[in-house]
Amino acid sequence: MRFDKRELAATLAPGAVLALAALIGGGLFATTLEPAERVALAALLEPRAALLLLAWLLLSGALGALARSAYQRWVAAPARLAEEAGVLLATDTQRELAAPGSAETRALAAVINQLARQRSALRADVAAQVQEASRGVEQERSRLAALMAELTQSVVVCNLDGRILLYNSRARTQFRSLSSAPALAGGAELIGLGRSIYAVLDRALVAHALESVQQRLQRGAAHPSAQFVTSTRAGQLLRVQMAPVRAIASDSDTAALNGFVLMLDNITRDFADESERDRLLHALTEGSRASLGNLQAAVEMLDYEDVDAAMRERFHGVIRDEVRSMSLRINEVAQQTTQALKTRWPLEDMLGADLLAAAGRRIEAAHGCRAAADAVDPALWLRVDSYSLLNALLYLAGRLVEEYGVRLLQLRLARSDGRARLELAWSGHGLSSETLSSWETDPMRIDSESLALTLRDVVDRHDGAFWFERERVRHESLFCLLLPLAGAGEQLDAAQFVRGESRPEVYDFDLFAHSEQASELAERRLADLAYTVFDTETTGLAPSAGDAILQIGAARIVAGKLRREDSFEQLVNPRRDIPAAGIAIHGIRPEMVADAPSIETVLPAFHAFAADTVLVAHNAAFDMRFLQMQEAATGVVFDQPVLDTLLLSAVVHPQQDSHGLEAIAERLGVAMLGRHTALGDAMVTAEIYLKLVPLLAERGIHTLGQAREAAQKTYYARVSY
Amino acid sequence: MSKHVLIADDEPNIVISLEFLMKREGHRVSVARDGDAALDVIRREKPDLVLLDVMMPGKSGFEVCQAVRGDNALAGVKILMLSAKGRDTDLAKGSALGADAYMTKPFSTRELADKVRELLGPA
Repeated sequence: MRFDKRELAATLAPGAVLALAALIGGGLFATTLEPAERVALAALLEPRAALLLLAWLLLSGALGALARSAYQRWVAAPARLAEEAGVLLATDTQRELAAPGSAETRALAAVINQLARQRSALRADVAAQVQEASRGVEQERSRLAALMAELTQSVVVCNLDGRILLYNSRARTQFRSLSSAPALAGGAELIGLGRSIYAVLDRALVAHALESVQQRLQRGAAHPSAQFVTSTRAGQLLRVQMAPVRAIASDSDTAALNGFVLMLDNITRDFADESERDRLLHALTEGSRASLGNLQAAVEMLDYEDVDAAMRERFHGVIRDEVRSMSLRINEVAQQTTQALKTRWPLEDMLGADLLAAAGRRIEAAHGCRAAADAVDPALWLRVDSYSLLNALLYLAGRLVEEYGVRLLQLRLARSDGRARLELAWSGHGLSSETLSSWETDPMRIDSESLALTLRDVVDRHDGAFWFERERVRHESLFCLLLPLAGAGEQLDAAQFVRGESRPEVYDFDLFAHSEQASELAERRLADLAYTVFDTETTGLAPSAGDAILQIGAARIVAGKLRREDSFEQLVNPRRDIPAAGIAIHGIRPEMVADAPSIETVLPAFHAFAADTVLVAHNAAFDMRFLQMQEAATGVVFDQPVLDTLLLSAVVHPQQDSHGLEAIAERLGVAMLGRHTALGDAMVTAEIYLKLVPLLAERGIHTLGQAREAAQKTYYARVSY
Repeated sequence: MSKHVLIADDEPNIVISLEFLMKREGHRVSVARDGDAALDVIRREKPDLVLLDVMMPGKSGFEVCQAVRGDNALAGVKILMLSAKGRDTDLAKGSALGADAYMTKPFSTRELADKVRELLGPA
């Protein structure tokens, strides 16, 4: 217990006062006495001094105890209460204050307790509101992200520095086709959160568009967007539409621009088609002029009566010759047009099975007959106008049900000579060619509503074909529709949409606030930087003795989060044998890398993937040596800063023995998955790094420069690898 | 009055008809199969009129026309350009380079004959 001087003073004070009063009183009394009386009094008191002293002690003890308890009651208790209230004020702890002392003190404590309760209630309320609000914001964000993900147009949102803060999967697939290393980085070196859009688009062009958007904004235009067409480094034509993203400013009319939305269309194919159409049209018009001129002249010459027989024969020769050459030309053009002019109607890619399932459902709902998808190739992607095609199937089924009482229809889909063959089959009842022809050319009716289209229009629109077949053995009739297949590239695109089970995290609006202005890289805060965390699997431990990289795996950290969807993983052909001892660890067998690209191909792709980021690796010196060994051969130099999780771990936990990946992962609570694949290890390293950043901050290490300096100073940094 | 007409065209199928037509009109006819040959004949013989095809091997009709108009000694040579190019920009180019007339294939031989008569008439 604390020694309280004031309490001691309060306790001793009554005794001291009593003693003082007795001494002064005694002194005054003594001055009034004659010397003889004084001697008599002394004689009277002296034998009883012990008694007097005892009386004083008793009295001062009793009074002291009283004073002490009064002190505790009236002074110490309020003081303690004040102290505890002070603690309550300074901290967030929620506890009831004890109420010692007087009734007034207890009342005071009760009031303080009430205030404290009120405060926590208010706090909880505010917290709930904040949580509610942020949940709302989060919901809106994910709704937006979901919306973006479903769009068939590429959308990319950037901040004013051109850093990407949102993109949808369509943009991702489109960028893949723009990538010059499509098989390796797969467009991931071009698109990714925090990456610069200027890797794809010319900075000056974007700046120009931004300027015109800004001008329109200032003029108060209703739709301040700009559009431009550009060709990318990979030679593709992109049509880009730009719309501004405005900051929500307090004074609404001066909302500043703080980013932009880009909608990208790859018009390379459209453009090529258009050129081809132009060429064909030109060949038809201009190419025919000369022939027609020759023909017309020759024919007109024949009209003259003075043409002799020999001359006449020559003119006939000209006519025969020109007619033949024109026929040839027309045939050639017709052949090419069926390829190039195939379909100007906007067709979309659709999984055939989906189309048939939809058709089956709608037929059953509309006509009350059974419509079963029978033999359907599940992998077939069609390029169709699904609306008109569904209507056509519905219309055919309707007429079969109404006019022939068909109760069961079967839908089939198979590949047939580079096209899709869609069959609508039923048992019995053949159709006459007259009926068929009228079905083809009648305007289609759906639910007594007549459409402007005929079946033939729909077939033409798809550059397809339609006919009726009769299968005598099975006593089956069927309609057959030939439809175009989706292009190979498009199929892949679309398949990717479907495969994505979990929606990738492809947006981060926090990047809006991000600015390049943050001076020197070394001064930048660790939490703000973008990182490429990577790992390599190698044939052995000595690059100088001919060991080579077998696999590179990397993941990105942007805005303090690991971007799992934004990863790089590539096997490399080492062009040497793989020691069996290594295979036991990394599991990469020679046949797995036999067809893999060589390091000269992979390294530039990885370099592009890692552009503008800080490299992070566990025991980075080892991996960096392998990369540096290739500098001369590939011309690729990794000159960005490098951080090593091994060294940083040693900075944070200097007393620990082991700074191996497993040990650190266990210490920091990171789950080890896919150990000893390059990407698996890179992911683990990335998670470890993210946990190290706040631990470094606790030690006053906030910037990249500080982190590198601290890492250099550790014991491990002084060990030569 | 007999005039000298040069037909400069690489397509025999039109030359047959043009030659017949011009002879029938009573003109003396020469034929050149390409641009360079046409220019040689023009310089050597100074024909009264050239039926000049635009698309020829060697020098194109436009180049021949420009060379003729750049030579003062050839000022009297009339040029009627024949072309399978229907674009009005080509027509403008032809007249800018100094062609007296421009006809687009296919053309009516009657109109051609009229045009030739018109060009040769006043001279």
